[in-house]
Amino acid sequence: MLSRVAESLYWMSRYLERAEHTARLIDVDLQLRLDQSMESSTGRWLRLIEALRVPALLAGDVDALSLAHTLTFNRTNPSSIVSCVAAARENLRHVREQSSSEMWEQLNRLYLQMIGTPPEDSWILQSHAFFRAVQDGAHLFQGIADSTMAHGEGWHYIQLGRFVERTDVLAALIGAHFSRLAHPANQPVEGAGYLEWVGLLKCCAAFEAYCKAYSAELRPIRVAEFLLLNSEFPHSIRFSVESVHSALGRIGEITERKVAQPVRLAGRLRAALSFSQIEEIMAEGAHLYMENIRSQCVHVHSAIQQIYFDYPVETALAS
Amino acid sequence: MTASTLTRLRTPLSNSPFPDYQLDDAYDEMFDRQEEPRDHYHALYRTLLNLRPEELRKSQQAADLSFLHQGITFTVYNDNEGTERIFPNDLLPRIIPGDEWRKIEQGLTQRIIALNLFLKDIYHEGHILADNIVPRELVYSCRHFRREMRGLNIPRDIYVSICGSDLVRLPDGTFAVLEDNLRVPSGVSYMLANRKVLKRVFPTLFRDYGVSPIDHYAQALLATLRALSPVSSSGRNEPSIALLTPGVFNSAYFEHTFLAQQMGIELVEGRDLLVHDNIVYMRTTSGLRRVDVIYRRVDDDFLDPLCFRPDSNLGVPGLFNAYRAGNVTLANAIGTGVADDKAMYAYVPSIIKYYLGEDPIIPNIKTYLLTEKDERNYVLENMDKLVVKAVGESGGYGMLIGPLSSAQQRDDFRQLILAQPRNYIAQPTINLSRAPCFLDGAVQARHVDLRPYILYSGNVTLVPGGLTRVALRRGSLVVNSSQGGGSKDTWVLRHENKSNADLQAIERSAD
Repeated sequence: MLSRVAESLYWMSRYLERAEHTARLIDVDLQLRLDQSMESSTGRWLRLIEALRVPALLAGDVDALSLAHTLTFNRTNPSSIVSCVAAARENLRHVREQSSSEMWEQLNRLYLQMIGTPPEDSWILQSHAFFRAVQDGAHLFQGIADSTMAHGEGWHYIQLGRFVERTDVLAALIGAHFSRLAHPANQPVEGAGYLEWVGLLKCCAAFEAYCKAYSAELRPIRVAEFLLLNSEFPHSIRFSVESVHSALGRIGEITERKVAQPVRLAGRLRAALSFSQIEEIMAEGAHLYMENIRSQCVHVHSAIQQIYFDYPVETALAS
Repeated sequence: MTASTLTRLRTPLSNSPFPDYQLDDAYDEMFDRQEEPRDHYHALYRTLLNLRPEELRKSQQAADLSFLHQGITFTVYNDNEGTERIFPNDLLPRIIPGDEWRKIEQGLTQRIIALNLFLKDIYHEGHILADNIVPRELVYSCRHFRREMRGLNIPRDIYVSICGSDLVRLPDGTFAVLEDNLRVPSGVSYMLANRKVLKRVFPTLFRDYGVSPIDHYAQALLATLRALSPVSSSGRNEPSIALLTPGVFNSAYFEHTFLAQQMGIELVEGRDLLVHDNIVYMRTTSGLRRVDVIYRRVDDDFLDPLCFRPDSNLGVPGLFNAYRAGNVTLANAIGTGVADDKAMYAYVPSIIKYYLGEDPIIPNIKTYLLTEKDERNYVLENMDKLVVKAVGESGGYGMLIGPLSSAQQRDDFRQLILAQPRNYIAQPTINLSRAPCFLDGAVQARHVDLRPYILYSGNVTLVPGGLTRVALRRGSLVVNSSQGGGSKDTWVLRHENKSNADLQAIERSAD
């Protein structure tokens, strides 16, 4: 597979994952606002800005609603939902002959839908439908990719991009939450704080899955255990890292490259998550642990970049 | 020239689908001089009489939407977002009887063989120049003549393997060649896309008509490219073929992706390729992989910054040397543009005669060479009746249509001609044939041309069909997509001039 093609599939998938994640975060926030006082929603908003890594310049003193608008529609903001969907589409457009026509048509349709309705002042009233459409569109795209594209090298780059991005954004979200919201780790959360922890789970699409595992009684340590170490839930860190590792393993086999740097780095991260105990992590500080995961994620990304996308020609000619 | 509209409708319907159908001196593809539908249009004509315009309009909207969703669009950069528009397509098929098609096939086969012999000759011994059939200075002054190609031997001596020739139908019903496109002809994906849509809109009519299939085009193209591979010399069995595109900003990018996908070959950009020791490689995730044949959709000028334009970012440094070493085949070859120069066009009938000893099967349009004094004087005096074209331009640019021009425009062109007579030619204004189109809820007549696609790898393949381009504005003679043109599907019938439905009706009446 052409390196450029692999890179485009990888980034397409990362952008789409980011669009879906941002849409879910803002959607959950706007929903929770309806039940909350100004004060507590401001606190959560600050965490959300941190989790989405919104530049200070943008965040400034702007009120939450107009910032939500910027994070959603602004094309000059490269991380806005519409920009991410456009970037995903542009990447796929560069390699559309490598995907199935159904995939392209779905992503193109999502894009046309996003830019089709110019946002009005009252957009916030219909915002839920909009954010839902982004998430549904991204899910539909994944489903179409899984069922119409050969699960070969290209498909694995799509998986890789999706889960590298997911690991990164989840770590940022969980880190921001645990660094700013103090609560005794092993005590059930009650009162006003309860909604904050529900919010965190919902931002990871994990509330229902958590309840099945632990009941609706929320304890920070259990929330952390579920979001970090659960091996079955697709929006947990461990699940995401395992997916990154196995995609890299398959890519390594298919390309028959002798170099094992990316898969080694991902495997090390996977092992750490497989054999860690949540008590140790909490004792160390969940947000520090998250920062460590994010920096390892960056290493994995650079290794992928150097081995598969942008390798020096001299070494390739020599081998 | 008396213009009339079709009035004598043989139907009592009050909501005629032909309220404003223009008939005059131009050849009409559907109606004959007696305003009767031609035999091969009968079935379509009956369908149109019974069809409610709303239905057709709905089909049109569905078709437009499907083009938009598939991304068969070109980009208009008038704001920072870049608006994407579809190429308009018209739903009514243009129908060509089998016997007319066979003549087109023979004529274009003859033409591509002769043009390939011509290219080989001028890049080698130059017999045709020595024999004064084609003037030497016309060849050497052509912007597309590549002296780098002198004496270079290429696989099977095939210079042009992919060609799209533009045909027009004259008022007397004969087809003539308007120009040859021997460099990187485009539009074949629209031919295939239009067909896909029409099969959905008129399934029964399509089946009843007995239309020749065109879906094997990509396969035929792949076979052509394989036949040109130098791979036998390098000892590997399967040639590795890639389509070189200028990239996503090219207006034909959709076509490039489409063809690469249909053929199952890699779509590469210049930055994916590199040359080492005169061998072309592409950069893949499993390391470097050798490339044997490049179907290039990048113009000569931009192919290799070391050899041609040094400011090109689209090409591959060193590509020409690898080509010269015989390690890679380019299709089409470099320097083919000299044979589709609009002034060289005037000599194509002599070229055919010279190499094949035959008269051209499809005639040319009368062309005035402005380097000849007499012809130039005639043109300068009659500019209001003629079409003047720049020889190196395409896409309907650099063109003056005399009868539709202002005195100021004519004066501007007069100055251009006098300054650089070699750069211009003139032709009579051709009254292109018209075909029925569905526009604004009614069937209207619009001027059309026809671009069949010819493949050549030792034997010639024409997929029966082509791109019928339509001048959508009433009265306009310019069919280029960049100038407001659209396209429609072209049905070449398997039978002489009757549709299957007619044949069945005849059989039934005979029982």
